[in-house]
Amino acid sequence: MKTFNGKILFLDRADINTDEIIPARYLTEITKEALQPHLLDDLVLDGFTPPLDVEINSVIVTRANFGCGSSREHAPWALEVNNMNIVIAESFARIFKQNMFNCGMMAVELDAADIDRLFNKFSGKETTLTTDMEKKEFLFSCEGEDERLTFAISEFDQALVKAGGWVGYANDNY
Amino acid sequence: MGKTIAEKIFDSHLVDNPFGDIHVIRLDAVFCHEITTPVAINDLAERGLDKVFDPEKIKAVIDHVTPAKDSKTAMQGKILRDWADRNSIRDFFDIGKNGVCHAIFPEKGFVRPGYSLIMGDSHTCTHGAFGAFAAGVGTTDLEVGILKGVCAFHYPESIKIEIKGKLPEGVYAKDVILTIIGRLGVNGATNKVIEFCGEVVDSMSMEARMTLCNMAIEAGGTCGICAPDMTTVDYLWNFISDEFGSKEEALEKYSEFTADEDATYTDTLIIDANELVPVTTFGFKPDQVKPISEMTGEKVDQVYIGSCTNGRIEDLRVAAQILKGRKIKEGLRGIVSPASPAIYSNALDEGIIKIFMEAGFCVTNPTCGACLGMSNGVLAEGEICASTTNRNFNGRMGKGGTVHLMSPASAAATALNGLITNSELYRKGDK
Repeated sequence: MKTFNGKILFLDRADINTDEIIPARYLTEITKEALQPHLLDDLVLDGFTPPLDVEINSVIVTRANFGCGSSREHAPWALEVNNMNIVIAESFARIFKQNMFNCGMMAVELDAADIDRLFNKFSGKETTLTTDMEKKEFLFSCEGEDERLTFAISEFDQALVKAGGWVGYANDNY
Repeated sequence: MGKTIAEKIFDSHLVDNPFGDIHVIRLDAVFCHEITTPVAINDLAERGLDKVFDPEKIKAVIDHVTPAKDSKTAMQGKILRDWADRNSIRDFFDIGKNGVCHAIFPEKGFVRPGYSLIMGDSHTCTHGAFGAFAAGVGTTDLEVGILKGVCAFHYPESIKIEIKGKLPEGVYAKDVILTIIGRLGVNGATNKVIEFCGEVVDSMSMEARMTLCNMAIEAGGTCGICAPDMTTVDYLWNFISDEFGSKEEALEKYSEFTADEDATYTDTLIIDANELVPVTTFGFKPDQVKPISEMTGEKVDQVYIGSCTNGRIEDLRVAAQILKGRKIKEGLRGIVSPASPAIYSNALDEGIIKIFMEAGFCVTNPTCGACLGMSNGVLAEGEICASTTNRNFNGRMGKGGTVHLMSPASAAATALNGLITNSELYRKGDK
């Protein structure tokens, strides 16, 4: 099972699409590793400074409908090879969310009010996430300030995270 | 309790219900292209599982970058080609026979009412036009589909969109779906199937229904879907005449996959077609939609007519009617890409290609290329393209470029004028 801890990159915009996460010009790559330098290449956003923000962080916290658009699993792969195994958002596009869990990664939804509070409290500060899979609890910490939030994840998604993805699960079960 | 079309398809394809509302369903077809399949092929080989669940049910095409533009795209094509060969996948479409996946696969009769199918391509929702459940998926779902012939989904909820009345002249399926996306928003249909119905859909050709369903994903929808009817049967007849004694018999069978009167929808939207106007997009999201009349005068550098949304023969005919005997604006680049060899060939026979060429268009082979900024018409920084494609994301057709989505009629008029233009100007015969 992957780990879901680390420093947080806050992306303060809804509807960040998979073309912004990994542009189509890099879809000619046939290894996941080759995507590593190109994560979020076309994202233009105040407060986001590539490549540093990508290098130092392992978690993304963002707004609604993250991962909309193209079905390219290159988006989760580009995150994975940059050591980012978890995205926390108000909501996700269906295919992106499924792709994340299919890779044994996590795409977790929190209420808009909770996401708002996280942005208000922690955005722009060095904040760390610690995920407790047993308790289904996130611990956000920054300079002694903590915030604990429980999260929901479906049984199926949990099984995929444990199995390390859908291929392993499906090959065992079907 | 009554069922929607998607619910009927799910209930007839159930393999397993492992958790909650997760339904693992049997797939009638798995479609593949050279961008999202090679990683699945390599991963299966690494796992010692280089096999397919049923070579007859897997269809593959090289369409995104074709002919190959460099060594990397050549390798993607080679991986798909070699895999199709060693796994006896007969329906593999290589250069000379290849076209945009969502144009060529329906044309070959690979989609039937009641089918469930997946592809590693978000615009797979196009095939719902045939009364099928067709969903775009990532490479891992595709990989499991190839290996096991199954895919897992949440049990589908549906939104019903009824389009009443009659489309005014100059308003096409593209204007209808852009208007709908404008109302729903880019995540208004997330995790839902959009069932299209009403007089306008009933009178639409299969081509127009495919345009409608193609962009369901731009509202976040899992699939767009239209109930099968005699138009569907007519389109498929060459492929199904052996199975049925008559078209009526086929229709009766396929009617199994129409929604029940008392089916439950999470939402119903009624659109009055009489009030619709030609529209285009502004900004970088497909729900940012305005009447063309409010955008006229925006200068464009390139006009692109093609793609899985609007590269079919009907689209080319409409554009050619407007272009006939006219020249595109000096300095503007016009590109047309018929979406399949059959469409290209029909357009040649009908004199459409000549009209495009005489107007000053470049005619390319069938490919997805320019739509996602991979080849055959990539924009330079700061350039603007009026396009019949499906996404106006920032940089979609080239880093720093801007895209305005519109119908082939509006795109043709825009090419003539060099500015975003309503096709009305040219339909009235004014030059």
